[in-house]
Amino acid sequence: MELFRIKKDIPFMSYGRLTTAISLVTFILAVVFLATRGLNFGVDFTGGTVMEVNYPQAANLESVRKAVDSIGLKEATVQNFGSSHDVLIRLPVKTGVSVAKLSEEVKTALVAADATAEVRRVEAVGAQVGDELYENGGLALFFVSLGIMLYLWLRFEWRFAVAAIIANMHDVVIILGFFAFFQWEFNLTVLAAILAVLGYSVNESVVVFDRVRENFRKMRKASVVQVIDNAITRTMSRTIITHTMTQTMVGSMLLFGGEVLHNFALALTIGILFGIYSSVLVACPIAMWLGVNRANLIGDVEKKEGGKKEVVVEPDPSEFAS
Amino acid sequence: MNRYPMWKNILVAVMILIGLIYTIPNFFGESPAVQITPAKSTTKLDSALLGKVEDIFKQEKIEYDGVYQDARGVKARFKSTDTQIRAKDVLQANLGTDYTVALNLLSRSPNWLRSLGAKPMYLGLDLRGGVHFLMQVDMKAALSKAAERFVGDFKIALRKERISYVGVSREGETVQIRFNNPDELAKAHAVIAKEYPNLTLEESTIGEERILTASLNLVEQKSIQDFAIKQNIQTLHNRINELGVAEPIIQQQGADRVVVQLPGVQDTAKAKEILGRTATLEIRLVDEEKSDAATLEKAEKGQAPIGDDVFKNRDGRAVLVKKNVVLTGDYITDAGPGVDSQSGRSTVNVTLDARGARIFQQVTRENVGKRMAILLIEKGSTEVITAPTINEEIGGGRVQISGMANTQEATDIALLLRAGALAAPMDIVEERTVGPSMGQDNINRGVHSTLWGFAAIAVMMMIYYAAFGAVSVTALAINLLLLVAILSMLQATLTLPGLAAIALALGMAIDANVLINERIREELRNGNTPQASIHAGYERAWDTILDSNVTTLIAGLALFMFGTGPIKGFAVVHVLGILTSMFSAVLVSRAIVNLIYGYRRKLTKLSIGQIYKA
Repeated sequence: MELFRIKKDIPFMSYGRLTTAISLVTFILAVVFLATRGLNFGVDFTGGTVMEVNYPQAANLESVRKAVDSIGLKEATVQNFGSSHDVLIRLPVKTGVSVAKLSEEVKTALVAADATAEVRRVEAVGAQVGDELYENGGLALFFVSLGIMLYLWLRFEWRFAVAAIIANMHDVVIILGFFAFFQWEFNLTVLAAILAVLGYSVNESVVVFDRVRENFRKMRKASVVQVIDNAITRTMSRTIITHTMTQTMVGSMLLFGGEVLHNFALALTIGILFGIYSSVLVACPIAMWLGVNRANLIGDVEKKEGGKKEVVVEPDPSEFAS
Repeated sequence: MNRYPMWKNILVAVMILIGLIYTIPNFFGESPAVQITPAKSTTKLDSALLGKVEDIFKQEKIEYDGVYQDARGVKARFKSTDTQIRAKDVLQANLGTDYTVALNLLSRSPNWLRSLGAKPMYLGLDLRGGVHFLMQVDMKAALSKAAERFVGDFKIALRKERISYVGVSREGETVQIRFNNPDELAKAHAVIAKEYPNLTLEESTIGEERILTASLNLVEQKSIQDFAIKQNIQTLHNRINELGVAEPIIQQQGADRVVVQLPGVQDTAKAKEILGRTATLEIRLVDEEKSDAATLEKAEKGQAPIGDDVFKNRDGRAVLVKKNVVLTGDYITDAGPGVDSQSGRSTVNVTLDARGARIFQQVTRENVGKRMAILLIEKGSTEVITAPTINEEIGGGRVQISGMANTQEATDIALLLRAGALAAPMDIVEERTVGPSMGQDNINRGVHSTLWGFAAIAVMMMIYYAAFGAVSVTALAINLLLLVAILSMLQATLTLPGLAAIALALGMAIDANVLINERIREELRNGNTPQASIHAGYERAWDTILDSNVTTLIAGLALFMFGTGPIKGFAVVHVLGILTSMFSAVLVSRAIVNLIYGYRRKLTKLSIGQIYKA
């Protein structure tokens, strides 16, 4: 079975304007949603308390609410979660009361209201710890971007590094835009997913850039546009197959992973879908406009790798001439 | 040319074998067990304990699967949790307070595996249930407490040198000594500068008085803070030992935080109370001279005479005690609940160390007929537990403190005194509790995601790439095997995000095989011979695989460096998964392909799915 029977190279670069325009629009939309709605940060970042309570029978939200109100926590939200037996209680940070004491008070009140209540999970984060996690998350994002850029710069060329990072930051902003639009909870695991996606979709750009470099070496007569079009066309099959496989795994997480992994898997899904598009159709045009060409790519590479590389079964270059 | 040298084949085989051995323990599951550890560091662990435990089991007719001794203590396995709980009670009753008996789980893997050091993966709290606390040490309090100590030290030093001063007091984190004339100040300056080189001294004048201000310099501050956190960790260790938790984790995080993880603990209220209590004991003299009715009445309203503090006793009456502290809880070596033989009331019996005993003897000798107050300081409030009259000189360092409300209180206070005081108060700033049923649910979620995802990928790969797809899937399975083996070997903590990272690692690792297979197809399409295509396919895909994995690795390392808790768990597995995938996707899959095709002379077709040729 083979899905991709492509005779001619697809002229991706001539759609450059269109694809960039689409990217720009989604990007701007994402930024607008981020600015107007903002992210729905979980307790990891804001501080506060989340409690998951299970009842053997369908939970009576009214009585749970009353129990929480009885200890003077008016700002608490109480809602069903997963099934009618499970209740999620969210409490904001209360100044002067330690997070540990607060959760214990709520627990006592819940058990007093209904002795069958079982607290299955408590996550309580003090305001200061939340701020630090927020800061560390930002630092992690910064260093991942910096590290990847440095590596691509060393291995390829600064134009590729810049193009890849722009393409992938664009993915990150779009994922954040989705989370802002739907007001999905943004917690530490989602941040982990975003950083993982960042590393993963740079792969995509790397695979294409590798091919571009190889093509510059082989297709001596071809223009830059032809070289890039050929590289994208030839790696397209791999791109689709790989992403389908990864998405299969992530889909399995979405199905079986439960509530804790749900948003993690969602972030990965959006990241993978947009990653395919942006790492190819955003990164390549940007690299082209930045002026990638044979001279600045191969001259550099052959100096570095010329000696140690063995040349294997070189196909006839004329084959690529069309 | 598609043959591996023998050493490479052996390398692959050995790696798979090691992977198998270290993965197997994960399939045996765990059985209920109890863990017996010495309660105090002074109690020696010897082989006699092993025999003793066995004897107790035989006596009480408790069926056990096995008893083992390791560096930390003795462990015994049982068939059911009922026997486990009965065994715990019986052991605790028979062994007394010298040993802590805690419920635990032990791997059911056979002895030969255990002797190889093969253990199942170490599950994090979100997978096995338990509590995680992040505790913040109040460093300001540690510094003022240190300053408080200097107040007493200065007085002794000045008295010894016969320097007359007006007063010594603590102001925030500094200590001020007031003098009437500059000569005495100069003398004092010299003495203190010599004895306490780590203090910064400043002179100033307010009105008639000359003031010498001593403050801690940065070096001293840091050493006090280091000491405070070390002392707190030690105290937490002692207290948790008393709670009887198997495999607790107590670690310093950053300069002023401590992580406490208590697997399997469900009574979070009790755990918080024991961990958070900052009770310390102080013994001070009651100021008898000023304890007349008028002063006491004023004191009730909060006006204490100079040099005294006023505290309430258990009846709510004010007691005037001198500011000078005779003894603190630091001198206590042991404490236990007891009953007073005459009154029949609950007491706490305290044993002091040699220095404490000497001070206590001297103070009681000099103050016969006066009253001595025993103060319990907890969460900033001080209470006079009892203030008995000193009838005679007390030597030997054994002190009985009466005035306990009941046996429970006597037991609690004894525990706190025995476990030592916290050098500075601590607050819980983060709590994560996971119930035991939730833990099992989380394991199932992670495992189901991985297995179903794997199955779907396997089917798709085999349909699309035929035999090469099967090779890729085998390589992927070996990747999973190696990853689980490494996690088991390192005993890295596996969390739910970690399980997600295993799934994700597999989903990403298949990329390498897709790259290789696509390359081989392309070479074939270009009209190369099958053997040459295999060779070129692997060779050319390698650069790309390396590049793409390095970028993923960078993301993983950054996550590891900046992540805490769940993120760190994710990052560890993510990074390890990338490393094992490079090995399995390239070396292992090539070895299999070589075995299948490498020895065929006349190879005309590869089973890699249908290829469209132009």
